[in-house]
Amino acid sequence: MDSLLNATRPPVFCPGCSHERITHTLDQAFRALGLSGAEICMVSDIGCSGLFDTFFHTHALHGLHGRALTYAAGIKLARPELNVVVTMGDGGQGIGGAHLLAACRRNLDLTLLVLNNFNFGMTGGQYSATTPPEAQVGSGFLNRLERPLDIAEIARAAGAPYVVRCSAYRGDLSAVIAQAMAYKGFSVVDIWGICPGRFSKRNRLTPKLIEEMLARHPVMEGEIAENRRPEYGASYREIAAGLRPVAAPEAIEPRFAPAGRGREEVILLGSAGQRILTAGELLCLAGAHAGLHTTQKNDYDITVLRGPSISELILSPEPIGFSGIARPSVVVALGPEGVARRRKTCEGLTAEAVVIQAAGVDIPAGTARTRRVDFKAQGIKPPDWALAALGVMAKLDVVMRPEMLEAALAARLKGESLAGALELVRRVETGAWVEA
Amino acid sequence: MALTLMEGNEAIARGAVAAGCRFFAGYPITPATTILNHMLAMLPPLGGVCVQGEDEIASIGLCIGASMAGMKAMTATSGPGISLYSEQISFAVGSEIPLVIVDIQRLGPSTGSATRGADGDVQFLRWGNSGGMPVIVLAPIDVRDCFTLTVQAFNLAERYRCPVFIASNKEIAMTRETVPIEGLNPGEVVERRPPPAAQPFLPFETAPGEAVPGFLPIGGKTLVRQTSSTHGPDGYITTDPAVITRTLARMQAKIESAVDRFTLVDHRPAAGADTLLLAYGVSARAAAEAARRLTETGRPVSVLILKTLWPVPEAAIRRAAEGMRRVLVVEMNLGQYVHEIARVLPGVRIDFYGQMDGRLITPDTITEALIHG
Ligand code: SF4
Repeated sequence: MDSLLNATRPPVFCPGCSHERITHTLDQAFRALGLSGAEICMVSDIGCSGLFDTFFHTHALHGLHGRALTYAAGIKLARPELNVVVTMGDGGQGIGGAHLLAACRRNLDLTLLVLNNFNFGMTGGQYSATTPPEAQVGSGFLNRLERPLDIAEIARAAGAPYVVRCSAYRGDLSAVIAQAMAYKGFSVVDIWGICPGRFSKRNRLTPKLIEEMLARHPVMEGEIAENRRPEYGASYREIAAGLRPVAAPEAIEPRFAPAGRGREEVILLGSAGQRILTAGELLCLAGAHAGLHTTQKNDYDITVLRGPSISELILSPEPIGFSGIARPSVVVALGPEGVARRRKTCEGLTAEAVVIQAAGVDIPAGTARTRRVDFKAQGIKPPDWALAALGVMAKLDVVMRPEMLEAALAARLKGESLAGALELVRRVETGAWVEA
Repeated sequence: MALTLMEGNEAIARGAVAAGCRFFAGYPITPATTILNHMLAMLPPLGGVCVQGEDEIASIGLCIGASMAGMKAMTATSGPGISLYSEQISFAVGSEIPLVIVDIQRLGPSTGSATRGADGDVQFLRWGNSGGMPVIVLAPIDVRDCFTLTVQAFNLAERYRCPVFIASNKEIAMTRETVPIEGLNPGEVVERRPPPAAQPFLPFETAPGEAVPGFLPIGGKTLVRQTSSTHGPDGYITTDPAVITRTLARMQAKIESAVDRFTLVDHRPAAGADTLLLAYGVSARAAAEAARRLTETGRPVSVLILKTLWPVPEAAIRRAAEGMRRVLVVEMNLGQYVHEIARVLPGVRIDFYGQMDGRLITPDTITEALIHG
């Protein structure tokens, strides 16, 4: 195989920079694997290692600092057949730490080459995530106060199935890189090298010293047995192949004449866990079955099992513009938290409005006509009150008729839950009007 | 007429799929999360990919990678996430990467309120890229718009090779509405355009008379380079001021000079009106309602609803303002777009009504502002 090095753009590193060695070694690895440029995408990060994409005749993407693994993952998911090689420095491991962890956990078939030279070369030798505390770097005393990261150890702990920690001066580096690329899964090669332009100006570092430093660390030379597992992309496609497509939006043909008095504005006031929002959706569906335009605007706290739950609904023969409700025509009061949140609205209710009130839930209902229903006495549990209240409305011809509600239930529910819901809305007793 | 019931976020997801989107990456954030949910249900069975990124930066990075590899891609977030997207937005703008970015705006600043709406990001979307290059932003007013504008957003992203924003709002995103089912028709779907075959490929070279470079995907037979560095037509870093000037001028012109071709506005003139209500997003519905009521009671008011927010559709705004004595701009923020209107309509009285407290602006408050403002 021919060299993939770009003859018109030779490396421009400082004399003696280990990046230069790695550039040529990587080319040897590409040749050993017999790959053409179109079968490879180089994704490079920022800093001196970020120049790598320009030295090769391959596909290439050079992006923002620390984010190389994010682009690489997108490319690999879109083009599983492509060999994606990411070059990042030690700086990129710091700023992009979350992406390194995610890549290790995800196990997409990418190869990450960390060109680890213990400092930020390009910006003036500042300390990075791997700078030893005893080193003299361009960040004053700051690196003395922080512990360096062991990239290979972190990759292993985060689940990378293939990790090598080695010297840029290792004789068989091209074979090491080629094996990492051939591995089906996320492979990390943490390559320790020398930055003569910055780091080794003030710190003694030689290939021999790198060997000695490496010898003080546990050996990492390839597959991590406990992290071996299927590759992410292959697993993704396998699972996806068994999934069924989502149905087209359900078309609701108007089947009934609408009930009620034209535009209706309904507020369901309850507490979390009362299935207020589901009831709201059912009311919309009931309206749609009578050809009414509807909107459902919900209001709830970010807590899931506590606090108010409110659904505001408009059902109208005309298209609906503004979707807020100022003067509701119907208020259903099922929980004190919801009522408290809309106290002002309730106080302003006028004689045209109807209130459906669960016994035991106080509501300042203005001059509205109030129907009190004792759900508890009927043996209906609080999570079913909202549905039961829809049953009450339907029986009283408030906003909807029973056939509209039953069509809505049939559109949302199936089997036993449909049977149970139908039974409930048919059986619920509608209580009595409260004397003014 | 058959109706269907869905929330704005589902309509965005369905619009994206109808436009050919096959890649989505997002990070959970209220009120945008349901887009992620819908895309996750829809894309994998179609052979597409939907993933949850480890954070927002990764989510948009994944989309950039997938888009460059040839897939139509979308991501969705809210204020805190759009802030994190910023560096990647700059990349997509500066390196001409087609992408649809949905911002379901919520009440800010900062973490703000996850379940309350606002339109507080409209200037941020415009100026939130380093270098300040122009962008395209579309703003839906209802669920049907969420579908059709998402299709438009993909078409524009492909045609102009750029990120296109959907500036939605919690109040549209998480509000369910009935939509006539025939309203969910994607219409024309634009595909990515390859360069002319004859010449050797340069990733940012434009054909004579064209402002947009042809696109070839990373991973195809022809080698493709992409870079976030200042580059010329060959995609290699350059410091040549002439090349830089030419490239940036072309990128600016391709968006700004094309706005008349994608000016989406809804102008509702009222006979005899000397006042124009100008609004966008969910507030436009209250504005239209206020104008209708006033017009019915003999005080005619015209309305202009902007669905293309950026670049500013100046010609359409000037046309709608012709003969108007006064323009009232209504926004669900403390005054952002009103500055554009003041710039476009010198000499016209420009009033502003804004509200940013988590509540919808009502027709009554707008009427009040019109009469007593
Ligand atoms: S600054 Fe350091 S890393 Fe950068 S090219 Fe020079 S020697 Fe290499």
